[in-house]
Amino acid sequence: MDTMNYKASRGMNIHARRIISYVVLVILTVLCLIWFYILMINATRSHGEMTRGFTPFPSTHLIENLHNVMHGTLPIAAGMRNSIFVSVCCAILCTYFSTMTAYAVHVYDFKLKKFMATFILAVMMIPGQVTALGFLRLIDRIGMDDSLTPLIIPSIASPIVYFYMKQYMESNLPSSLIEAARIDGSNEFKTFNWICVPLMKPAIAVQAIFTFVSTWNNYFTPALVLHTDTKKTLPVLIAQLRSADFLKFDMGQVYAMIAFSIFPVIVVYLLLSKYIVGGVTAGGVKG
Amino acid sequence: MKKRIFSMLLASAMVFGLVACGSNTDTATTGDAATGGDTTEQTTAAADGSVLNIYCWNEEFKSRVTDHYPGYEATGDNEGKIGDVTVKWNITPNENNAYQNNLDENLLKQADAAANDKIDLFLVEADYALKYVDTDYTMPVADLGITEDELANQYKYTQDVMTDSNGVLKGLSWQGCPGTFIYNREAAKEVLGSDDPADVQAAVSDWNKFADTASKMQAAGYKMTATANDSYRVFSNNVSGQWVQDGKVVVDDNIKNWVEMSKKMVDAGQTGTQDLWGDDWNKGFYPDGKVFSYFGPAWLINFCMAADQEGSIANQGGWGACEGPQGFFWGGTWICAAAGTDNADLVADIMRQLTTNEDVMLDIVKKDSDFVNNKPAMEKCAEDDSYAFDVFGGQNPIAMYCAGAEKIDLSNQGAYDQGCNEEFQKAMKNYFDGNATYDEAIEQFNKAIVEKYPELTTE
Amino acid sequence: MEKNNNKAVIKYNRWGYIFLIPFVVTYVIFQLIPLCSTIYNSFFENYRSGLTQIGPNFVGLENYKALLGGGELLGYLKNTLIMWVLGFVPQIFFSLLLGAWFSDPALRLKCQRFFKTVIYLPNLIMASAFAMLFFTLFSDTGPVNDILIGLGIIHQPYQFMIHVGSVRGLVAFMNFIMWFGNTTILLLAGMLGIDSSLYEAAEVDGASATQIFYRITLPLLKPILLYVMVTSLIGGLQMFDVPQILTNGNGDPMRSAMTMIMYLNKHLYSKNYGMGGALSVLLFFVTGVLSIIIFKTMNQPEKEAK
Repeated sequence: MDTMNYKASRGMNIHARRIISYVVLVILTVLCLIWFYILMINATRSHGEMTRGFTPFPSTHLIENLHNVMHGTLPIAAGMRNSIFVSVCCAILCTYFSTMTAYAVHVYDFKLKKFMATFILAVMMIPGQVTALGFLRLIDRIGMDDSLTPLIIPSIASPIVYFYMKQYMESNLPSSLIEAARIDGSNEFKTFNWICVPLMKPAIAVQAIFTFVSTWNNYFTPALVLHTDTKKTLPVLIAQLRSADFLKFDMGQVYAMIAFSIFPVIVVYLLLSKYIVGGVTAGGVKG
Repeated sequence: MKKRIFSMLLASAMVFGLVACGSNTDTATTGDAATGGDTTEQTTAAADGSVLNIYCWNEEFKSRVTDHYPGYEATGDNEGKIGDVTVKWNITPNENNAYQNNLDENLLKQADAAANDKIDLFLVEADYALKYVDTDYTMPVADLGITEDELANQYKYTQDVMTDSNGVLKGLSWQGCPGTFIYNREAAKEVLGSDDPADVQAAVSDWNKFADTASKMQAAGYKMTATANDSYRVFSNNVSGQWVQDGKVVVDDNIKNWVEMSKKMVDAGQTGTQDLWGDDWNKGFYPDGKVFSYFGPAWLINFCMAADQEGSIANQGGWGACEGPQGFFWGGTWICAAAGTDNADLVADIMRQLTTNEDVMLDIVKKDSDFVNNKPAMEKCAEDDSYAFDVFGGQNPIAMYCAGAEKIDLSNQGAYDQGCNEEFQKAMKNYFDGNATYDEAIEQFNKAIVEKYPELTTE
Repeated sequence: MEKNNNKAVIKYNRWGYIFLIPFVVTYVIFQLIPLCSTIYNSFFENYRSGLTQIGPNFVGLENYKALLGGGELLGYLKNTLIMWVLGFVPQIFFSLLLGAWFSDPALRLKCQRFFKTVIYLPNLIMASAFAMLFFTLFSDTGPVNDILIGLGIIHQPYQFMIHVGSVRGLVAFMNFIMWFGNTTILLLAGMLGIDSSLYEAAEVDGASATQIFYRITLPLLKPILLYVMVTSLIGGLQMFDVPQILTNGNGDPMRSAMTMIMYLNKHLYSKNYGMGGALSVLLFFVTGVLSIIIFKTMNQPEKEAK
């Protein structure tokens, strides 16, 4: 009600402002979506049709293109499996162990606590690529080269997720609960698993989604670690499109393959968008 | 607070630096040991040989084996069977040395690999054949039981390039790759008034005439070639020396000629600067692409020019072929047996069937319009109109290929050719596009070469 | 109570160390050792030439000299920063604008949920797939040129990939599209967190929307803006996927779109561990220094923010 009174005194007419904001929003929406629209259309067209220029209407070759992609040089189905496997494992390991780390620093009081808290905060700043070289040499030496393991295990130590978890714990994990559990005779490990983890569920869900997405999209490390085509994750295979000699002769396949790797994420996102958008907000306020 | 974080960070890095020093010297030594130990035990054919691992960079060899090797049966996209042996295809694209890096990695591990993971057969191209031929990782052909008599019909150049410094033959090819000038008949009729190979040849018989024709094509709305890189091979095959001489990269005068001609053509709009193999390059395979010509060997036409795509020029038999301004060759794939293979007999048989069996080879000519590595057979085909190419609208170009194959000289091939050719074309693109002067482009080429091959120096 | 349980508490606190084991072990093995080994390697000549291993030979600071001597690295740093700024400026501008609109009760924008969902969407797309998509869309004979010619805006296809401006512009544009939604939602959360009585008081005093934005919203948003700046800068310095795939790893024309990580990737790819190590160390310092500068400049009058 109050707002109505101020309206008159504002510098600009509220209707004009509203129209401007809608126009800008619509333009930005178009800028965000048009690429996916063209992608979708072209994924349904044959190479021959595409040489004749773009049309805004879909054609009939989607199934054919997808079929070609599935049976082409690049093992895209294996890529999808690998990507899902790595992303799911990372999401689980990363959130579980980050919660554990945060729990250690939040709940207990030990000598190195302060040092650890500061240390983890400090290493958050180190870009991952800086250590890539040593990382590659290390996994080569311990025989993990060209396998998915070195993409999964390191996610246990994720300073950023730890940081988020710790922030969340500070406001959502009352120490009285833990003490109550101790009095009931629960051991520490059980307390963590059955009291803390369930309480942290919202935070874990949000971070699991983010970890999943960032692992799913990761290109730099997998590209350096994986050499065998059937072990590669989707981003690496996609990048190969840029250089694969003969696949490129059929742009229909190229589009179909990009669509194949993008649309599952879009569908999952639309289903979960409420939590994801909310999660960014929660992380932002606290981070 | 933040200050403290950073100082801590530095401090911790230094402390742990000491720890790592100790651990890291080990890495180096183990690496060395692995390479050294490799060469000692070569022919351990003890294993059961139930898996044949083939390393290559595209589908070409796979389709040759699938279609022509007796008894091969595809069981999956990258798997097949020959009798009881499972064939595993390991395909890595060529570009940016990806194939070679992957192959190197696995050859270095060959000695320690489980029998079924060992590389049995790998393919190489002329551009870097030497790198593998002159090492113990490649098995001599004679050790596979293939005799010189069996190979008598092959073109000599295909064996020269695979012979190491001790005169030992290390690999065989089923194809010969003399190149021709491939032109769009439609455009030839429209602009030159005739699509007869002899008339077209007259219009492009040397680089001056080539330039004149380019202007005429441009006036009619055609590009002479799709990209400047199309004519690159024609120049780079006719150089006077290798890319790398005494550890130093040298740009040959003939390659400079290519730069000069291409710059003129690009500036005049007679050709483009896109990458080979790209979308913009292969638009010319379709009538709407408006490209007059491509330079290429037999495999280009069959394998790449979309003969099976409806609406493409090749599909309508709309190409023709003539010698062009200068002879050249392009590509060619050689089959090598990897030292340590547990399937030597099968590898030998694949080599025999594909590179010496006349029936199989003639079948390849018929079905795939490839030019095979069998001199008497090809000379016969040249006379026989039933071997005419559909993509050429019934023209039989084999006589032309035979003549070209005789002239191929690979003495100026070196181990660094792929990297040098690739980087040179990339760098010159900047010059053609007007983003750099010639000298700046050369400077960038030199930079890129040293990044790729730190052991080389540049001019 | 505390005193009685003192022994027990100490016993419990041992669990602090136990729970830290997974993190510490993983971190030390996969981050710290590699970091140190990277630094160590930077003092050696160590690469693979074909099938032969060269080195490692100790060369002291030679690798650093070679990297810094040519001045190339500075060029790549400049490229990275230019593309980051080109993307970041519109990103922060639109994010603030949208954040202000979404949080303005007077505007009562409808479909907020829809818009937020849409603008956040590109952030989730694989950068590699997005770059590959843009490469095909903007190729000389690609759909974008088709459409522009069809609309009569241009007559000749515009060669996006051969002009410095358009290549850098495309990279920046992609970064903008991918990240402005994320930033908007972060800033929006910050704006909604501002005590609404402040706005009401300002409105009673007759402040205009613009004044309120500059005098109240912006200063109170500072901590979150700082967070956005720093994370974006660190992300920007690590820029790799998009330019790498768009330019096929060359950064052409004339390496004007070559970022520092792309350069590092070149060395890692050809297994030149010495140069790669030196480059990593330099990157490490550049990131550190730039982060400190941003902290310092943003943080002057107020106390630290996270």
